[in-house]
Amino acid sequence: MSANTEIRNFLEQAIAENEVMLFMKGTPDAPRCGFSMRTSGALNALGVRYAAMDILPDPRIREELSAISDWPTIPQLFVNGKLVGGCDIVMEMYETGELADLLGVEQPEDVEPDEASVQPAAPMALENRLER
Amino acid sequence: MANLCQTVPSTDELKNRIEQALPGANVQVEDLNGTGDHFRAEIVSDRFAGLSRIEQHKLIYDVFGNEIGGPIHALSLKTSTPGGTQ
Repeated sequence: MSANTEIRNFLEQAIAENEVMLFMKGTPDAPRCGFSMRTSGALNALGVRYAAMDILPDPRIREELSAISDWPTIPQLFVNGKLVGGCDIVMEMYETGELADLLGVEQPEDVEPDEASVQPAAPMALENRLER
Repeated sequence: MANLCQTVPSTDELKNRIEQALPGANVQVEDLNGTGDHFRAEIVSDRFAGLSRIEQHKLIYDVFGNEIGGPIHALSLKTSTPGGTQ
């Protein structure tokens, strides 16, 4: 099995096994891009449990992820195995309450994105088992 | 950091290319940092009618192909139809 196939299988498994799965640059605690920060911030503000994976350690992760999702940019949020979107779509859905509906949680009263990103994070870490 | 791109995309270029792909669309493109690589585009087009947000954004991503993530480091999108947000 080629390394790329191995990565693709790993990503597909992560998407299938985690109800809320975020692929991002960096981690929720230490995001490495503003778009990833805002997206994980919205999930944190909603208080949902989610798995997050940093795509930066190996460029093949991003290549394979985009091949699976047919979506060129990072972050990418999957819910129940389906791509919800990137930062713009997630933030739009967060602000309208659609994201809370989709995730089955209460919409917070204050949905200012800047507030969202500083809420305490309680994400479930997804161990990166890929070989460097 | 060295800028290795021979041609830095301009807001006008992005606007023109989106307008060519979606004739009749109302397109506004902003260079977020003034560095020619982080853009924000707001597009109003009746081509988006009946499409999900994902499909709407993919229509725009498809205009630029591999340039997204390359010379166009980031392209933030807001899409809507002339009648409303969806």
